[in-house]
Amino acid sequence: MHPAVRRLTLFLTRHIDGVLLSAILLLMFTGLLVLLSASNGSFVRTSGQLGNMLVALGVMWLFANIPPHYLQRLAVPVFLLGCALLVGVALFGDIVNGARRWLHVGVTRIQPSELMKIAIPLMLAWYFNRNESSLKLRNFLVAALMLAVPAALIVRQPDLGTAILITASGGYLIFLAGLPWRVIIALTVAGLSSMPFLWSALHDYQRQRILTLIDPTADPLGTGYHTIQSTIAVGSGGVLGKGWMNGTQTHLDFIPERTTDFIFAVYAEEFGLLGNAILLVLLLFLIARAMVITANAPTLFARLLAGSITMTFFTYAFVNMGMVSGILPVVGVPLPLISYGGTSLVSICLGFGILMSINTHKKLVQT
Amino acid sequence: MSELSINPGIEIRDSERELQRFRGRLGILGIFVLSLFGLLFLRFFYLQVIQHSHYSTLAEANRISVLPIAPHRGIIVDRNGIQLAHNYSAYTLEITPSKVSDLDTTIEELATVVEISPRDRRRFRKMLEESKRFESLPIRTRLSDEEIARFAAHRYRFPGVEAKARLFRQYPQGDMFSHVVGHIGRINQKEVEQLETEDRLANYRGSDYIGKTGLEQSYEKFLHGTTGVEEVEVDSGGRAVRTLSRTPPVSGNNLVLNLDAKLQEIAYNAFGERRGALVAIDPATGGVLAFVSKPGFDPNLFVDGIDPQSWAELNGSIDKPLLNRAAAGTYPPGSTFKPFMALAALFYGKRTPQQAISDPGYYMFGGHRFRDDKVGGHGMVDMYKSIVVSCDTYYYVLANDLGIDPLSRFMGMFGFGSRTGIDIGGESSGVLPSSDWKMRRFKQKWYAGETISVGIGQGYNSYTPLQLASATATLANNGVMFRPHIVNYVEDIRTREKSPIEPKPLRDLGLNPEHLKVIQDALVGVNKEGTSARVFADAPYVSAGKTGTAQVIAIKQNEKYVESRVAERHRDHALFIAYAPADKPTIALAVIAENSGFGARAAAPIARQVLDYYLLGKVPNKPAPSEED
Repeated sequence: MHPAVRRLTLFLTRHIDGVLLSAILLLMFTGLLVLLSASNGSFVRTSGQLGNMLVALGVMWLFANIPPHYLQRLAVPVFLLGCALLVGVALFGDIVNGARRWLHVGVTRIQPSELMKIAIPLMLAWYFNRNESSLKLRNFLVAALMLAVPAALIVRQPDLGTAILITASGGYLIFLAGLPWRVIIALTVAGLSSMPFLWSALHDYQRQRILTLIDPTADPLGTGYHTIQSTIAVGSGGVLGKGWMNGTQTHLDFIPERTTDFIFAVYAEEFGLLGNAILLVLLLFLIARAMVITANAPTLFARLLAGSITMTFFTYAFVNMGMVSGILPVVGVPLPLISYGGTSLVSICLGFGILMSINTHKKLVQT
Repeated sequence: MSELSINPGIEIRDSERELQRFRGRLGILGIFVLSLFGLLFLRFFYLQVIQHSHYSTLAEANRISVLPIAPHRGIIVDRNGIQLAHNYSAYTLEITPSKVSDLDTTIEELATVVEISPRDRRRFRKMLEESKRFESLPIRTRLSDEEIARFAAHRYRFPGVEAKARLFRQYPQGDMFSHVVGHIGRINQKEVEQLETEDRLANYRGSDYIGKTGLEQSYEKFLHGTTGVEEVEVDSGGRAVRTLSRTPPVSGNNLVLNLDAKLQEIAYNAFGERRGALVAIDPATGGVLAFVSKPGFDPNLFVDGIDPQSWAELNGSIDKPLLNRAAAGTYPPGSTFKPFMALAALFYGKRTPQQAISDPGYYMFGGHRFRDDKVGGHGMVDMYKSIVVSCDTYYYVLANDLGIDPLSRFMGMFGFGSRTGIDIGGESSGVLPSSDWKMRRFKQKWYAGETISVGIGQGYNSYTPLQLASATATLANNGVMFRPHIVNYVEDIRTREKSPIEPKPLRDLGLNPEHLKVIQDALVGVNKEGTSARVFADAPYVSAGKTGTAQVIAIKQNEKYVESRVAERHRDHALFIAYAPADKPTIALAVIAENSGFGARAAAPIARQVLDYYLLGKVPNKPAPSEED
């Protein structure tokens, strides 16, 4: 091999984890196949998504090349910026579909809650890392507060789906940081007993979604429609599925949001239980690899950040598939790497980039 | 707290312990991940294996929609093939209220594209109140090609509004056949329930219309046809994507009538401005040749749903155009009753044809003076003369001699006072008085004095023109009675197979031919030398007839009826019964012209025009004159 080519190959692959990448590419390919079917064979969305994937892979490569300690330094400013933007949204944000989620910045507009998905794990990991030698219960309280304030701002937008995911990502991190079991038990008891209170604090549409989950047929053309139709799609797929491009629920337009949040209904209808099992295994493989990286991360910061990223990815996948198969309420969570949409794709790949960076920079740290 | 505090002395080992603790917690999360994915797999297994057939069925039900295809309604033609009810295809503009956010605005904007009259709006409002929100309702019917083109160009502005090609029922003969052919109209809730109890509702999926009156109603089962089915694959918007299977509809059967449209037209026009009814029957079969109730109305108004204003006009009119006078209107028969009275006298042996009375111009009974029309009386009157000159006194005495109950029994045989069973609905039974009837009706016994006026067709007597025509036909047919029927046969539109409505002799009254001959000769005498001789003066055929005049209001004991002094609506009704040719009758009829005075003057000329056309093919050039005109 020519030395220049060798140098270029090394430059491109030095910080890439082959196992993670192959799992990601397999999932992305599956996503493209399903998307092509979900858009009735039209290449418009599929080619658009292919573009999104290339961008996301670029971002992944970029973050794989950024050493973790740079990220550590960025944690506080990014977190503060995110919080400031969230406050800005609450004060000046645009209302789209009844929710105030977008903020105008110059020519474009952004959704600061997306930024918080990475800012919170960064910040909490940084915070626990800084107090590694003298962790007290007080530190957990502060961490919880750093999580609760932005989460509360996002709930108020309202965007319950994102708030739950952010809380989960922070929650996993606090758990991994060593939150004492007695606190965990106490919180669980307190959480269960405050359920009625939480119920009254929910928005009408959020309550409706939960009620719909319990009995989707109560409002078959309203809020129950999504769940009923996606459950029918999954169930009618059977063991082997109806075959690629042959799902009737999909192609006769019965599945709403079938390229984005409900794309799993298309997959399950066309590829059946066998396809679902393969997808679960593939996702588990990816998560397992990410956990191995987490377990071997060199610093507390890296471990916590990697663990949070891994578990957040799992949560996305679980919540989405649970929602489509009718065991979780309808919240706007995409199926990672499969659903159409650039934003979630980029933020997922950014996370994997960080994981790769943690894995490939640890030798440099140790040596 | 102690487990979290760090002892600086054993930093390395401690950090090793921390790493182990971290890995332990990570392991817990790993188990968490595995168990939740396991839960998902169980859920998938439940949906895709255990409940698979259930969800497959649901997906199929989503996918496949069974659409009804409404059959073509059978057409109705007269005996010569002239169409009385047929279908034509035209465009309608239909609104589905549930798909339109603001109906008023939509209609206003629509009115800028195609003309929408106030009548259209009223009709639409009325239908809106009576229908479900997801049904599409016509706002405009019978659009021209140009209007369709204009709407098509603006279609995008009107979601929920569609132009649809539909088959429309049309009654080309309009008013003339309104009471016999009847009309269809939109199916109402009551009819839905009726269809459901008869288990016929499934066949009406896709049908908007049902027969409401006349033949359209009574022959609904034949006319409607069988609804077809189309299985189509639909998308979530309910739009058909492709057809999977199709069972074509079977068109309804055609009705071929005994009615002669031209005869009907001549009879209808013969009334001129007068109100009344005429029923003409073929005595040998009971086939109805003409069935006129005047005034009629335009049945086409009812097809798309009548607007409230037109309805109010028809329903509130003093002329009662919606009343089927021929079958549901009841009138005293007046002197047309006399031939049947005379026959009763022979039947019971109360009179011989030759037996004569001396008529002083009145009959005293129980202190009341029953007057004859002719002051001073008709002199010596036998049975023949009693009919030819229509002598009241003869029948006053005869009625008293017969008694009400024998009289009633005999008239009952001719069908007076009971429904004829003609093949359209809405028939009245009229009133055939008897002592039983009076006891039932008024809880009073019969007074002998009440029998006297019954003898000349007044009093409680009240019959439909149809009953009178049927009785006349029975008389003409020597006492063999047929059930009157309008439909000749039902024709299967595919096989051209004809199912005749069999002429069914209801009963042979078993009358003595000699008795019949006496009466029939007298009826010929009426048209030759009697009350209607002038009307039939130059007729080239021999006809039999009898005039009648029915009082609308009672005239006081010693008062003379003077037509010009009585309000138009209180004037006497003119009646006439006839059949011809006298030796072998092919047509028998009864005419009533309301408030038109003497039967000879007003009703007989109508009958003359009808007979002239039917027997000679002669078409009159103007309505039948009243004799003084």
